[in-house]
Amino acid sequence: MTEISESAPASLAGVQSGQRLRLLLKSRSGVAGLVLVGLLAILCVLAAFGLLPYDPLAQAPQQRLLPPSAAHWFGTDQFGRDVFSRVAAGVASSALIAVVAVAFATVVGTLAGVSAGFFRGVSDAVVSGVTNVLFAFPPLLLALSLASVFDRNWFTIAVAIAIVYVPIFIRVTRGPVLSLREIDFVRAAVSSGQRRAAIMFRHVLPNITSILIVQVTLSLSWAVLTEASLSFLGLGTPPPAPSLGSMIYEARTLVYIAPWTMVAPGVIVVLFVVGLNLLGDGLRDSLDPRNRGRK
Amino acid sequence: MNLVRAVASHRVLRPIISALGTLLGVAVFVFVMLRAIPGNQITAGLGTEAAALTPAQQAALEAYYGLDKPLVTQFFSWLGNIFTGNLGFSSRAQQSVLELTAQSLPVTLELAVFSIVLALLIGIPLGMLSASRPDSPRDAFGQAVGLMGLSIPSFLLATALLAILSATVRFNPNGQAFAYFSEDPLLNLQQMLLPSLVLGFGIAAPIMRTTRTAVLEVRGQDFIRTARAKGVGPRRLQVRHVLKNALVPIVTMTGLQFGYLLGGAVVVEQIFSLPGIGRQVLLGIQQKEYALVQSTVLLIALAFVVVNLLTDLLYRIIDPRVRAE
Repeated sequence: MTEISESAPASLAGVQSGQRLRLLLKSRSGVAGLVLVGLLAILCVLAAFGLLPYDPLAQAPQQRLLPPSAAHWFGTDQFGRDVFSRVAAGVASSALIAVVAVAFATVVGTLAGVSAGFFRGVSDAVVSGVTNVLFAFPPLLLALSLASVFDRNWFTIAVAIAIVYVPIFIRVTRGPVLSLREIDFVRAAVSSGQRRAAIMFRHVLPNITSILIVQVTLSLSWAVLTEASLSFLGLGTPPPAPSLGSMIYEARTLVYIAPWTMVAPGVIVVLFVVGLNLLGDGLRDSLDPRNRGRK
Repeated sequence: MNLVRAVASHRVLRPIISALGTLLGVAVFVFVMLRAIPGNQITAGLGTEAAALTPAQQAALEAYYGLDKPLVTQFFSWLGNIFTGNLGFSSRAQQSVLELTAQSLPVTLELAVFSIVLALLIGIPLGMLSASRPDSPRDAFGQAVGLMGLSIPSFLLATALLAILSATVRFNPNGQAFAYFSEDPLLNLQQMLLPSLVLGFGIAAPIMRTTRTAVLEVRGQDFIRTARAKGVGPRRLQVRHVLKNALVPIVTMTGLQFGYLLGGAVVVEQIFSLPGIGRQVLLGIQQKEYALVQSTVLLIALAFVVVNLLTDLLYRIIDPRVRAE
């Protein structure tokens, strides 16, 4: 479900990037998340460069439903396709969709949220109105309806998920910007006659980076979950493209004779989301000034 | 002008007016989505036969459905229809969308209530357990359960539960036709058990996290120290002083999750064959009955806005600090 990371408008002390990493490495959940996400990122790279042991789409009818072995680490499915290769390709495809969706939502949501908070007035009223409207739809339902409107391919799925997450980024950035614009260094920049767009990018944006980093990480985990749910319901990237959700859907009837067809994608999707959540929690604990030093 | 200002700052009228504005926006959004579908209701209804229409037939049909009128006119006549209860007709079910929703909404509501109750029963004690000693093994346990609730997709949990239970103890009440509570209460409750458990486990996670944070926040405050100094026993302190004051964020989170459940249970309803409102949307999508999809989505968004408005008003009444503002 949607959770919005709490922002800390009162004390937005800037944290340098090097310091960020050091703070993160002190948090146990941050390190665990980093390791999990790193391992899955390696899988994505292998899939992207075609370095998987088998072609994820290649069928081998003689080798159907083989249990895990040295040749097939996670066994084979009902068409004799290698489950490990399919899982790796599925992770890569859901990572691609999640990253594109969250990148789009971050850019659009942040620009809208920052302008609304910084300029107030009409732009604020419009942006807040749109945010309220989008928040009125349950997230998965909105993604479903949007996905049904578009012609389905990985990019339109990403756009559907992105539209669901835009309002979250608006809400997360607008509040802190409202308090930032009252802080002396921003006022000084305004009175020294700098252009307002320049102030936004030079003085306001850098001070909400910590909030954004945390929100991006947590949103990635929901995007992975949403993509998997959509493809489980048959509304994700169309087959035969490997996707974790549709693999679990297909394994439903095979689970008694070939449990590995469900266990492999199931465990991987949980590890993926757990990793991103741990990383997000670790980042939140270490970057949010209110949490630092408090336990 | 003074009246406008008075209404705009009124503590009860203001949220109601802003909710009405949001509803109008929701209607516009749904209408735009309906128009964004390639083709129109005519081609969607006729399928491949639409290609055989002559331009004259096409124009006649468009005039019949009012598709030749300007978009703004179409929007307001659609909105007018909705206000009079005409939400469209499902040609496959041969029932109006209103009738279909009257059957599916109670199923979703029942599921939502059971799931929320289970989530509160799991989430609040777990959150209090975690908060009772931060950074201890019991906190780690609570947090780990919460992390699992957030990270295990409901479709995976549901599919795995169904597979394991029907293979080992042959328990699969959802394999039979769905029974409404009024028809067969016992079978209905059995059919609600697994879906509510799956949803409840997922929702328990945000409730657990909210409880933990809120309890930790309240525990650090002066009045708790005072109560302890006065000699209030630990159990009474936890329930009467800590939990009672931590309730506001928990109520907010519960209201939010309940709102999501009204439409967000699509996956679980589908897996357990519950004829709820989420499944109605999904069937509409699969059968390309766009009017059904859009009207149902509109109703769900309406319910969500109303639930949020009620939570908001409730909390202005419960919490003296919000009331005073």
